[in-house]
Amino acid sequence: MTMKIGTGQFKERVDQGINDSFMRGAVAGAQERIGTRRNDVISELNWEEWRSHGEEIRQHVLEHLDYYLEQLSENVAKRGGHVFFAQTGEEANEYIQQVVAKKDAKKVVKSKSMVTEEISLNTALEQAGCEVIETDLGEYILQVDDHDPPSHIVVPALHKNKEKIRDVFSEKLGYQLTSKPEELAGHARKKLREEFMAADIGITGCNFAVAETGSFSLVTNEGNADLVTSLPKTQITVMGMERLVPTFEEMEVLVSLLTRSAVGQKLTSYITVLTGPREELDVDGPEEFHLVIVDNGRSNILGGDFQSVLQCIRCAACVNACPVYRHVGGHSYGSIYSGPIGAVLSPLLGGYDEYKELPYASSLCAACTDACPVKIPLHELLLKHRQIIVEKEGKAPISEKLAMKAFGLGAASPLLYKMGSKIAPMAMNPFTDGDKISKGPGPLKAWTEIREFPAPNKERFRDWFKNREKGGKQ
Amino acid sequence: MMQGTIQNRDAFLNQIASRLGRERLSAPLPRPAWQYQPQDEVLKDATVNELVEVLKTHCLKIHTSFVMTDLQNLPETLEKTIADYGNESIVTWKDQRFSDWGLDPLLKDTLPRQNIDVYEWDYTRGAENIRQAEKANIGITISEITLAESGTVVLFSDKDRGRTVSFLPKTFICLIPKSTIVPRMTQAARIMREKHLQGNNISSCVNFITGPSNSADIELELVVGVHGPVKAAYILIDDL
Repeated sequence: MTMKIGTGQFKERVDQGINDSFMRGAVAGAQERIGTRRNDVISELNWEEWRSHGEEIRQHVLEHLDYYLEQLSENVAKRGGHVFFAQTGEEANEYIQQVVAKKDAKKVVKSKSMVTEEISLNTALEQAGCEVIETDLGEYILQVDDHDPPSHIVVPALHKNKEKIRDVFSEKLGYQLTSKPEELAGHARKKLREEFMAADIGITGCNFAVAETGSFSLVTNEGNADLVTSLPKTQITVMGMERLVPTFEEMEVLVSLLTRSAVGQKLTSYITVLTGPREELDVDGPEEFHLVIVDNGRSNILGGDFQSVLQCIRCAACVNACPVYRHVGGHSYGSIYSGPIGAVLSPLLGGYDEYKELPYASSLCAACTDACPVKIPLHELLLKHRQIIVEKEGKAPISEKLAMKAFGLGAASPLLYKMGSKIAPMAMNPFTDGDKISKGPGPLKAWTEIREFPAPNKERFRDWFKNREKGGKQ
Repeated sequence: MMQGTIQNRDAFLNQIASRLGRERLSAPLPRPAWQYQPQDEVLKDATVNELVEVLKTHCLKIHTSFVMTDLQNLPETLEKTIADYGNESIVTWKDQRFSDWGLDPLLKDTLPRQNIDVYEWDYTRGAENIRQAEKANIGITISEITLAESGTVVLFSDKDRGRTVSFLPKTFICLIPKSTIVPRMTQAARIMREKHLQGNNISSCVNFITGPSNSADIELELVVGVHGPVKAAYILIDDL
């Protein structure tokens, strides 16, 4: 899996999403339910102050990122952990492949991690001869279903209904029970328990690393990350380089912001703070610990207009608030990072060639910005992207370019403008039905496929005005 | 503890500093004076008994049973709780407090005589501990810090306090001394930081556990009990 998901063009993906009524129902339901729980749980707090505190912590860390990463790496090494700084995804994967080879590992269990998907770690592990098992229930379902891509940052299998999951489990895992979620989950529990006990290496992401102690925290409800980090003899943790805080005290604040914003819980069932490998006489926990710190394009975002996007704590509150995501679903974004955060981040990490449409997949309503627990001005960043796409990249959508060009040409000369506005009603006549156009030609087609367009007025304002001065009809 | 290795650091950090338009930072950075501190306001003036009420109420939301007892009645309460969860095999930490609280007769005599296996963590037996925890029905641990706001118990691992005692068994029972209750995670983070600043190593694993394992990954329907325990019970001991 890479950051990119699916192969179709943006418009085809959106069409698929809009016509998938189960997915749209599921997404709308999820937005309502998570949204309500979030609102309940933030209403108990002075939420705006919490957001401001979250923002100041994240901004401070980004401004001093080299300092805190150095401190983190020193403290991890002091506790016996190995730290590898990877400028690219390939470097990270190569390092991890080396660890796998040294340990002669055959089976890897993973807990959910966006950054490992971003760098296609699973493919690299499989190339190194490992079986890789995702242990987050949602990710496990997707993996069993021939690596179906995730559609939501927090609830990756949101687009799948339980009947479909039952069918996949029956076909691939010999499952024989009903489509009840608890029976499906029970089966996954049994299967995965065997995998945990047999795994050679556990791989996790990182919610927040703590520079002062060389610790890092993992946030889950299932407890899968705890088994990933308790049972295998070797543990590898992969973190995006910006995911850290100065001390436990800031970690606590960001964890509180994360769990409330992501799932509307005061804290999730399991928040685990790990420091180094296990201690000398400990029985469980890894004997060997590796921390891989990944740049993969993030440093290019620092110091520029988009630096604030690195404040992100991956809670998906913006996704859950977005009216565009609600209709088109996660797969439309063509990236593991969907919704407003995906529309800002994917073009930065994956380039405008691949993701130039995403900044336009927004109504700029700013619901995302309001929802963000660390105050990333998401809608402003989307606008900034559009500005760059048009001004610097020359990659404005072709219909917009044509329309602007035509208008520029027509408006530049009084004669052309006069002629154009005069013939418009006649030119549009074949498409006009009363005072509306419902089957427009050319650039109007995409618009009129889903709604009507007002027909040009038969009488131009100038003509009406002239007529009125002559005492004609009012 | 052997010192670990660090690879590729300088080029990586130089790139960051250069993007930020400055030299690498080398002088120690004081901890910033934050402009906002909203976390201190939560349950600020609550008494211990009020915090207990908050904890108790929140247990309903996190699918966790809650019972209050005192040191005198603890053995009886624990025995009953164990019976409620099926009276099968048990794994516990090795912790002096179990004896101090008068639980030896129950754990070392009464239960074994009823053919209920009680396995006490013993690091000298290595991986056997994990096998025992995996097949146990109930795991018993003790909360070091307890967060009223979220109904969370905090466990610190060490050689006698295995991580898996709280994850592998089907039922998670946690004994909570009333003296460990604090308003929220803020205070726990400060206690951990203090410990570190005083020169003590923080445990390799600190678990903040809030009820049983659960997931809403299938159609957003809550399933309680996925990888870790299916059931959770807190026993609050009035030790004040």
